[in-house]
Formats: sequence, structure tokens, C-alpha cells
Amino acid sequence: MTTDTTTTAPPDPAPSAPRSPRALAWQRRRRSVARFWRQYRTHRTGVVGLAALVLFALVALTAPLTIGSDVQSVTEAPGRPMEGPSGQFWFGTDQYGRDLLRLVLWGSRVSLTVGLLAAVLSVAIGALVGITAGHFRGWYATVIMRVTDWFLVMPTLVLAIALATVMSRSLSTIILAIGVTTWPTTARLVRAQTLAVESRPYIERARALGGGHAHIMSRHVLPNVMPLVLAQTTLGISNAILSEATLAFLGLGDPTITSWGGLLQDAREAGAVSSGHWWYLVPPGLAIAAVALAFTLCGRAVESVLNPKLGVAR
Amino acid sequence: MAAESTPALAGSPAHAADGPAAAGPSARGPRAGNTVAYLRYVAGKLVGAAVSLLAVLVTGFFLFRLIPGDPVKFMTGGRQVSAEQLAAYRREFGLDLPLWQQFTDYCGKALTGDLGTSYQFNTPVIDKIGEALPNTLLLTGTAFVLYSVIGVALGTRAAWRSGGAGDRFHTGLALTLFSVPSFWLGLMLIIVFSVGMGPIPGLFPTGGMESGNAHGFGHVIDVVHHLVLPVITLVAVQYGETLLVTRSAVLDEMGSDYLTTARAKGLRDDLVRRRHAVPNAMLPTMTLIFVNLGRVVAGTVLVETVFSWPGLGGLFYEALSVPDLPLVQGLFLVFSAAVILMNTLADLIYPLLDPRVGR
Repeated sequence: MTTDTTTTAPPDPAPSAPRSPRALAWQRRRRSVARFWRQYRTHRTGVVGLAALVLFALVALTAPLTIGSDVQSVTEAPGRPMEGPSGQFWFGTDQYGRDLLRLVLWGSRVSLTVGLLAAVLSVAIGALVGITAGHFRGWYATVIMRVTDWFLVMPTLVLAIALATVMSRSLSTIILAIGVTTWPTTARLVRAQTLAVESRPYIERARALGGGHAHIMSRHVLPNVMPLVLAQTTLGISNAILSEATLAFLGLGDPTITSWGGLLQDAREAGAVSSGHWWYLVPPGLAIAAVALAFTLCGRAVESVLNPKLGVAR
Repeated sequence: MAAESTPALAGSPAHAADGPAAAGPSARGPRAGNTVAYLRYVAGKLVGAAVSLLAVLVTGFFLFRLIPGDPVKFMTGGRQVSAEQLAAYRREFGLDLPLWQQFTDYCGKALTGDLGTSYQFNTPVIDKIGEALPNTLLLTGTAFVLYSVIGVALGTRAAWRSGGAGDRFHTGLALTLFSVPSFWLGLMLIIVFSVGMGPIPGLFPTGGMESGNAHGFGHVIDVVHHLVLPVITLVAVQYGETLLVTRSAVLDEMGSDYLTTARAKGLRDDLVRRRHAVPNAMLPTMTLIFVNLGRVVAGTVLVETVFSWPGLGGLFYEALSVPDLPLVQGLFLVFSAAVILMNTLADLIYPLLDPRVGR
């Protein structure tokens, strides 16, 4: 999301004429994004992570053109079952004779989709709960923070497994199960930040000028907690990708869609472990680890740009 | 077999809990005047824990009622049974009562320690849990002690020489292993070290907890032999979190004046780290360690499933697929209660470790 900022980076040296408040606000935002990118660039691991992500995103987006959705078809499999790696099938074939390389590339679509959507859902719930709990004090905040604390002590994976079992097998179930169980950390962080923001004088000024609850929360508090929310989302995605793989591995995913966790489950069911077919297991697992690591590296770089005290290695 | 392994493992989790608790009395000394404030703080935390436990009780009941599938159909195993027999089954397990009455029965019984009867095994749930608990504690308890110690030790060293080659290596390795799915690492270890790959022979068993024909000391060796791979898996995926939290906590203390003072009075670098920096940086790490301690009871659904370890995590997954409602509910209750109790314990101990907390 930050790649396109290089083109907009050089800020206008001197605005020739007074502009509308909106234009000024946009100019200010552009400048802070450019500043963010300049600092982000100095984190070598963050840049590596970002490059890896761009690569994965390209693979996932172009998969329908380069691979074609017939890759999942069991009846039109190109090879014999359980072939080892060869010139024709670099990663070998699965128990139906499908090409594992293409299946792994195709699986990136599910992992990235679920990872992104689940993390966005989780952070959106967390931000909403956090901001409202920090803005409205009194019984509402007490009740909602009790609920948050309660979710916080629940064993997350156990709860997600339970939810995925209760609902029908589909991608949206997985997204929901992950999103609904992982928001409390964000809610706590956002609430703390909201409390800090709301104690500043300009909030009092906005209130004195007649700003309502919705105005203050969306125009004054939200922009200030946005960096935190962004960092949380990036870090949350790698968590969500791992959870998706876990749920799919336990057989709770959509059985008709190829995902990395699902491939590992297939491998285990086909007896790839006891027969020592390591080449079946290695690519999906490495792919999960690589994407999760890339998002973690980006998240840490974002976090340390916004909070330099963390001392993340560059 | 469960009984035999109990004494061996009773030491490990209890020890870990003893550590901070033992530090209590000495720290309490100077704060004797604030006993009332501390007691009020304790009361608040205990009430909060009780509310959380009640909420868990309620959730455990209603959440799992939503699982599709008729348990009675499972119990009859697809055999042809008459309507009367079905009704008899329903009566036996209380499934013919209205939902609210099932709920009050369940609450009343749960408070007296009766978690119902498993549909699947037809034994009391509490017995089933009691059987699997020692196995889980043995596996996750061992792993917990190892990854906590390794994480804290490596984390403090990484922070002490932050930016150096060692720091970069350990942080990078921890982040990488942290991103690896535990079940995949387990499967890979099984392929390489159990099934054997290339020149490596099968060194370790593929799963389970014992081979079943050894006694006495031979049995202990056998269990340890089965324990190696699952423990390595758990430690590898878990130590990174402790390492990173410890590292950033120590980094926070790095520029502090009291460290300069300690150095100025001629203390060796090693002592400055161990006696001054680490104790002050331990609070965030303690939080994480207590959270992990609560998770020890929940075990790990994945690692236990992959290694066919006869523990609570594997049992939970097995029970969910039936669905064996009383067993699932009971396990959910035990898992959540363990986390709540450990968090409460942590809350009670913090003010003793750090007087700034709970004021």
C-alpha cells in the first residue's frame, strides 16, 4: 500500500495560493505518508518483507491467467498419483496426480484472502470497541471492557475451532471464526490510545464548538489511533494466515477450495508422512511460513517507525 | 500409566508457579502498611475472576448446543433402533428436557464438580479429563519450562548486545520459527527423525506416549523417548514470543541511569545485566509467562493430534467431531478456567513484585 507513495513523495515547496481546508489536509497527509515511507525504507527487513508480499500478491492475483482454475480438478489430473519431483512436475504430484507446484501457487489466493479479511474484520471490531469504550465512559465502558477481558482469556484456537465446527464449512466461516476471536488485543490498545487522545485540549475545544459524539470519534480520535490500527492489522494478518492453515489442517476449512493448510491435511490423509514423501509436505508449509514471516517483518517495521523506542533491528 | 507419570511431572508446573510466589514474602515486607489497599485490590480481582468463570460456564453450555448433528444418532452408531430406545437414550442423558432445565441442571452439577457423562465413552467426563490431564501436563509443562528459560536467556542476551550479529541471528531465527505452523514442523520432524530420511534412520517413535511393554525405569526412558519430538516442536514455535517480549523489555531499561551507576561503581557487565537490568525488565515477561502457564493445561490441539499424544488437546478435537457435548463442554470449562486462574494469580502477584501496580 505504500509503494505508490514514492511518486507523490516530493511535497509542494510553496503553495502559491491559499487553498481550501480539504486541500490542505490532503497535502498534510501526503507529507506524513512520504515521511513514513522514508523511515520505513531504512528498515532492511521491512523492505524485504514488503518485496516478498508484493511477489506473493502478484502470484495470487495472476493465478487465474497463469495457472487456470482447472488445477483443482481431480478428474483431469495431468500426472500419476504421488509422483516425486521431476522436470515436468517440479514439486511432484498429489494422490490424484495433480501438479503440486500449481496447487501451491493456487493456494496463495485462499491464504492471502482469508488472512487479509480476517485481520481487517478483527481490527475493525477491535477499533470500534476500543474507541467507543474510550469515548463513552460509565457503565457502557465497564460492560464492554468486561466482555473484552472475557474474550481475552478464552483459549483463542479452541474458541475458533468451536465456532468453525458450529457453522457450515466455508471460507466466510473461517474468516468469521478468526476475526471474532482475535479482536480483544486491538480493543485494549485502541482504548488506551483513545483515552490518551481524549484528554487533550483540542477534543474539549471540538466539544465546546458543538461537535457530537460521532464527529469527535470519527474526525478527531480515529485519525490519531489509525497508525496503531495499521500496525495491528499488518501483524494480525500473519496470525490469521497461521490460524487459517490450522483450521484447514484440522479439516474445518472448505473442502472444495485448495488452500495450503488443506494441502497439508490431504498429504497427511494420503499417508505422505509414514511413507516419507517429504516433497509433498515441504512446499505448502514453507509457503505458509514465508507469507506469515513477510507480514510479521512488515508489521514490525511499521510499528518501529511509529514507535521508535521499540528498537527493532533494521 | 497415567498414575505412574504423575509424580514425575508434578514437579515441573508447580515449580514454575512457586518461583514468583516464593519471591512474595520478601517483597511484601516494606509494604505492610498498605495491606488494606492490597486486600481491596485482591478482592476486586477475585470478584472479576468469579464473574469470568460464570461467563465461561454459560458460554460453554450454549455455544456447543449449536453444533449440528444429533448425538443420540451417534450413540446408536447407525444401528436400527426403535423410537422407544431413542427416547430412552434421550431420557438417560437428559436431552428430552427443555433447554433452560438442561442449563440449570448443568450449572448445578458443574458447581459440584460433576461435568456429566461422555456420550462417546460412556464414562464420567471428569474421569476422562483426569486421565488425560497428567499426559498433557507432562508434555506442555516440560515444553513450557524449556521455552520460558530459553526465551528469557536468549532475549536478555540479544537486547544486551542489540544490533550485533548475535541479536540479529537470534531475533531472525525466533521470528522465522514463530511463523512456522506447529503442526507442519511436527510432521516434518516425524518424517526426518521417525520415518527416517536418506541416511538418517528412524530415531524416535512416530507418536503416542509409550510402547507399552516396559516397566519401572525402562518405562520412564520409553516415555521420555516419545516426549522428545513433540517437546522440540512446541519449544521451537513458542520460545520466540518469550524472546521478543524479554528483548524489548530489557531494551526499555537499557538507557536507564541506575545501570550507569551500577557500572560506575565497578560491577562486571554480567552482574549489571543479571542483578540490575533483568529483574526490572521482568514484569512484561512475567505477564506472558503466566498467560503461557494457563495455556499449559489447554495443551495444544495440534501437536497432540499430530503426535497422537493422549492429552486434553487431542481429546477436545476428538470430542468435537462427534459431537460429544458433555466432554466438549467439560474441556472448554477446564481450559478457560485454567487461563482465568493463572491470570488472576498473576494479577495478585504483580503488586508484590512491582509496588507501582495496583495503586
